[in-house]
Amino acid sequence: MIELMGLTKRFDDFTAVDEVTLCVQPGEILALLGPNGAGKTTTVRMLAAILRPTAGEARVAGYSVTEQPQEVRRRVGVLTEHPGLYLRMRGGRYLDFFGRLMGVSADERERRAKDLLARFGMAEAWDRRMGTYSKGMRQKMALVRAMLHDPPVLLLDEPTSAMDPHSAKLVRDSVIGLRHHRRAIVLCTHNLPEAEAIADRIAIIRRGKIIALGTPAELKERLLGAPLMELRLAQPTDGVVKLLSELVDVQAHGTDWVRYFTPDPHAMNPQLLGLLASREVGVVTLSEVGRSLEDVYLRVVEEA
Amino acid sequence: MAVISERKREMGESLRLVFTLVGREIRDTLRDWRMVVPIIILTLFFPALMSWIANYALRGVARYGAEIVGERMIPFLLMVVGFFPISFSLVIALETFVGEKERRSLEPLLATPLSDTQLYLSKTLAAMIPPLLAAYLGITVYLTGLYFIEGWKPPLILLVLTVVLTTVKGVVMVSGAVVVSSQTTSVRAANLLASFIIIPMALLVQGEALIMFWANYDVLWWIVLFLVVADVVLIRMGIHTFNREELLGREIDELNLGSIWRTFRGHLRWEPWFFGRDVERMPGWLRWLGVLGGLYRHDIPTALGRSRLALLAVVIALLFSAYVGYAFADRYRLPTDMLRQEISSEAFVRSQNLGLFTFTPWDVLIHNLRVLVAAALLAVFSFGTLAIALLMLPMAVIFFLVVQAANVYNPVVFFAAAVLPHGVLELPAAVVATALSVRMGAVFMSPPKGMTVGEGWLLALADFVKVFLTLVVPMLALAAVIEVYVTPLVVIQVLGG
Repeated sequence: MIELMGLTKRFDDFTAVDEVTLCVQPGEILALLGPNGAGKTTTVRMLAAILRPTAGEARVAGYSVTEQPQEVRRRVGVLTEHPGLYLRMRGGRYLDFFGRLMGVSADERERRAKDLLARFGMAEAWDRRMGTYSKGMRQKMALVRAMLHDPPVLLLDEPTSAMDPHSAKLVRDSVIGLRHHRRAIVLCTHNLPEAEAIADRIAIIRRGKIIALGTPAELKERLLGAPLMELRLAQPTDGVVKLLSELVDVQAHGTDWVRYFTPDPHAMNPQLLGLLASREVGVVTLSEVGRSLEDVYLRVVEEA
Repeated sequence: MAVISERKREMGESLRLVFTLVGREIRDTLRDWRMVVPIIILTLFFPALMSWIANYALRGVARYGAEIVGERMIPFLLMVVGFFPISFSLVIALETFVGEKERRSLEPLLATPLSDTQLYLSKTLAAMIPPLLAAYLGITVYLTGLYFIEGWKPPLILLVLTVVLTTVKGVVMVSGAVVVSSQTTSVRAANLLASFIIIPMALLVQGEALIMFWANYDVLWWIVLFLVVADVVLIRMGIHTFNREELLGREIDELNLGSIWRTFRGHLRWEPWFFGRDVERMPGWLRWLGVLGGLYRHDIPTALGRSRLALLAVVIALLFSAYVGYAFADRYRLPTDMLRQEISSEAFVRSQNLGLFTFTPWDVLIHNLRVLVAAALLAVFSFGTLAIALLMLPMAVIFFLVVQAANVYNPVVFFAAAVLPHGVLELPAAVVATALSVRMGAVFMSPPKGMTVGEGWLLALADFVKVFLTLVVPMLALAAVIEVYVTPLVVIQVLGG
């Protein structure tokens, strides 16, 4: 649905995007993470056929961004970095205007616009001038604009920025709903918990290059090593630590807990629990210690 | 049939998109009271005031027997009431792209299926329609007032002229301002550059005022023609130079001299060539052959190839100037006695003693170089037109003289003896230099495909510098030597006695 093949963008001597190759399938959400100026927005602009690549190629919804830019723009919904609304217009007129430009029929325009506004809790915004909207409302209006023509591809730049937690959840749920409708979605964000929660795959971009790509779990394992497990016992750990050290790499322990690394928890943990049971050691819990995408991101960016 | 109906459908779809955007832009303009108030004042109040002033002035000057002043003032004020509303079209047009960019509302628009041309035309029309309608309304109010107060009705031709003149002026101002707006990064920069529109327009209006009082309205039709050409040039330039990528990608108008110099130097370089041999492996003292071979065998022909349209335009202009020379010679015959001068070595020496024909080759060369460099500079500021005009003028004079000489001499012999010996080098050199100059001006209207205006201009400048120094100057130098030492001898030999 979205294919980037050696996509490159140079501005004079500066390379903003450097031979990026990746693919986003229908029904997949790819989160594009990276520091400011890493090339996220430039990549999105090229995928939206607003900027022309200097080299390489991208195909969006089956159309080339260089050869068929208008066809690409017809099939892409873009949430730009800034909402970019016409503040003197009323919400309804604004959506009607963009719906016309995107070729949506008159009946469909009104129906879809009202549905989307209602979904984001903005039904009353239809008749209000957009200059009176709050920041979050402006962001939601921009999102409605991007989704109005029901595009197969969505390029969302910071969709929940400036939103309160409730609105942000509405938007996240809506994006997840789009995945179920087989839409291909690229999400640029600095909100790492959000990316981890909704993205199927993560691409970390720095200085225009993709430096890490994979599912959140893959990235964690690849970049942070084997998962860290925590075992809580119903009794003191005396003697148990020595026993466990023969099987796994114990990292730390307390009065009634032990933390250890294991490269293969699926195989090792049942074996370990069996051993403890045979020694009649009571186990309260065995769980993985949470490692966030933030840890992955910071590791990757610092190493790069 | 199917193809035609598909074309019609596409055209209809294209127009629908354009008018959707035009409608929104106009509504947006009319929602701003800072726009609406001047429109009302300039279209209703001001023309009504002008009607009253015209009436008052008519009666005032009539008391002193100067009715003609009043008569001439009415058409002049007609032009003024038409011009004032279109003057604020600049405000709308100047911020049409760059203003949206500053308000950050441009990117969503660029992400729609609108093509560059649709976007550009929509914005231009939206900036043009309200001021023009205001101008027509102002003219109507003024004429209605005059009719009811004074019973004055304009001659139809004057009315048509005023409306046409107002329209073409409005189009020039708007299309120029939209070009400025699409090429700058801030409204402030656009306002500064607007001087290039305001000053020529102010001078034009002053000129029109003089012509109005002179009551020679035919001259105004020439101004209309000139403005129509300017309209076409500016709109074409706007469409060709409009680039959504540049508009969005450029954040600051940085003058990167290092990058400019590197690009220019890159265009100046060429690959050595010497009949397929590896020049790098040739002996050091022979490598210059490869350098010259690459330049004259490949690089200069390539540069001339890039200039083929400009060359064609210059040749057509030369043919036209030959016709003009012929037409003038036919109309203004010189007396035969004046032409039948003695042509001999003695007469030539006598002329030199009087201070005539004392040029050295250096003088001739410097004169020609000065003219061609001046033409190149003027070309940059006139889309190339003044360079052609500077070449046409002497050519028209030469052809004028050749045709005059036909009364006394065989024109072919005269041309072959007096012009051809040095002209065979001088004329092609001048044509080539002028064509390259034309490119340096025309690139603003139509940059080469895939290049920005700046990149296209650097390529045109590099081609000019390279070809000028390595081809034009040597040809002119040789022509100057022939003109001073050979042509007079040929003239004396062939036409003397």
